[in-house]
Amino acid sequence: MTKRFFITVLAAIVSLAVPQRLSASGGEGEEFSPKEMVMEHLADSYIWEIITIKGREIAIPLPVIVRSSTGWHVFMSDKICHGGTYKGLYLATEGKYKNKVVEDVGGVQKRPLDISLTKTACGLIFSLLVVLILFLVTARAYKKREEVDYCPKGLAGLMEWLIDSILNNVIKPCVGENYLKFAPYLLTAFFFIFVSNLLGLIPFFPGGANVTGNISITLFMALATMLAVNLFGTKHYYKEIFWPDVPVFLKAIPLMPIIEMIGIITKPFALMMRLFANIFAGHSIILSICSIIFVTAHMGFALNGSMTAVSVFFMIFMNFLELLVAFIQAYVFTMLSAVFIGLAQEKH
Amino acid sequence: MGLLTPSGGLLFWMTIAFAVVFFILAKFAFPAILGSVRKRETYIDTQLDAAKAAEVRIAGLEEEGKKIIADAEREKVTILKEAAASRDKIVGDARETASQEAARIISEAKKQANEEKDAILASARGEVAMIAMQMATKVLRGQLDDDQAQKALQEILADEVKS
Repeated sequence: MTKRFFITVLAAIVSLAVPQRLSASGGEGEEFSPKEMVMEHLADSYIWEIITIKGREIAIPLPVIVRSSTGWHVFMSDKICHGGTYKGLYLATEGKYKNKVVEDVGGVQKRPLDISLTKTACGLIFSLLVVLILFLVTARAYKKREEVDYCPKGLAGLMEWLIDSILNNVIKPCVGENYLKFAPYLLTAFFFIFVSNLLGLIPFFPGGANVTGNISITLFMALATMLAVNLFGTKHYYKEIFWPDVPVFLKAIPLMPIIEMIGIITKPFALMMRLFANIFAGHSIILSICSIIFVTAHMGFALNGSMTAVSVFFMIFMNFLELLVAFIQAYVFTMLSAVFIGLAQEKH
Repeated sequence: MGLLTPSGGLLFWMTIAFAVVFFILAKFAFPAILGSVRKRETYIDTQLDAAKAAEVRIAGLEEEGKKIIADAEREKVTILKEAAASRDKIVGDARETASQEAARIISEAKKQANEEKDAILASARGEVAMIAMQMATKVLRGQLDDDQAQKALQEILADEVKS
């Protein structure tokens, strides 16, 4: 039964590969570059591509909001997408600002102040909306109920299980006694990262945006944790930084304070890099494995077919792995944030 | 390197969106969720405590019931014992009184019989004495018809008086 199912799946995969092979080899004839494809998918962009059929790209144009030398401009990205120019603004095709909105000021390519709602920005807003809806629906389910009732079912039950496990297994033991003060931030962070990671694994719109694999997002999350740690730090925490219990000569030349100050930066830096690198690497691996199909497209049916089977098998494997990573990274980020906050909450 | 350079626009949107979502959740969602979860937790805990207390009480009641039954059993045994004892005592008493009565009756009967016997004996004795007297009178009359005999008797009597 399982064996026959497996063979059927393999056959289906191989047969699916045939039209792709045909389209790939019968395309515009341009060389397929896996590196470019992977980087393009992982980088931010002004459009949200959905699919390309027979060389025609179907994509959602996103709003571009820039402040150039001629003032504020708000327009949809389809005006500049395919080599167009709008009020002196265009997409750079190469150089430092490749695929970014630039303008020419006195013959020099310049980057205007750019707060466009890019693909990643839309992706993060979508993730946050999902989180918002999940929690508000759960909260509403609680408000509607009697004062004390049986366990909630459905979405509220699922959310309660998740919230409760994160709260009692991560936040409470790591932060310490006033964990409820930090629970909203930590839970929001956890669910934002978790939802973004999961949405990032869905290859179709509105998923597929590389939100947590973008350094700006992880930078923000790390900064938020840093603020939570340092704004609410206790006297003891600051004494440990500026006047720790070490021999005086280590403090006179402020060696220990400097090390401690570096520690304040490195902790969130590690958080930022860990999340970014994990998600980025996961996406890159899946996309690279996927591009095996297209690389082998013109190498004959047998090779392409077998490599397609291998590729799909590994993609399935990697997706399962990434599913695990999606949770683990959200969990690790929350746990380490909680630990750092807890360390700053210590009193002696 | 482009991948490692944070973009200002993204940071801007992330800050706004995250802050808005965080404040909405912190204001409307988390208090409700965490509050009711906690409320239910304490409710469950108190209910569990109450159930435990009830269990203990039921166990106590069972024990008490068992004790009552045991007491009753013991009482039954003692009552039965007492009843048997009093029955035995009553029977014994009755037997004793009966035997005493019997003895009294017998002794009375004996006494009466003795008295009657004595009376009969006394009357018989009197009668025998009378008969002996009469017979002696008759014998003496016959013997004392001659003087000699009368003299001899006088002497005998005089001797008896002297001695």
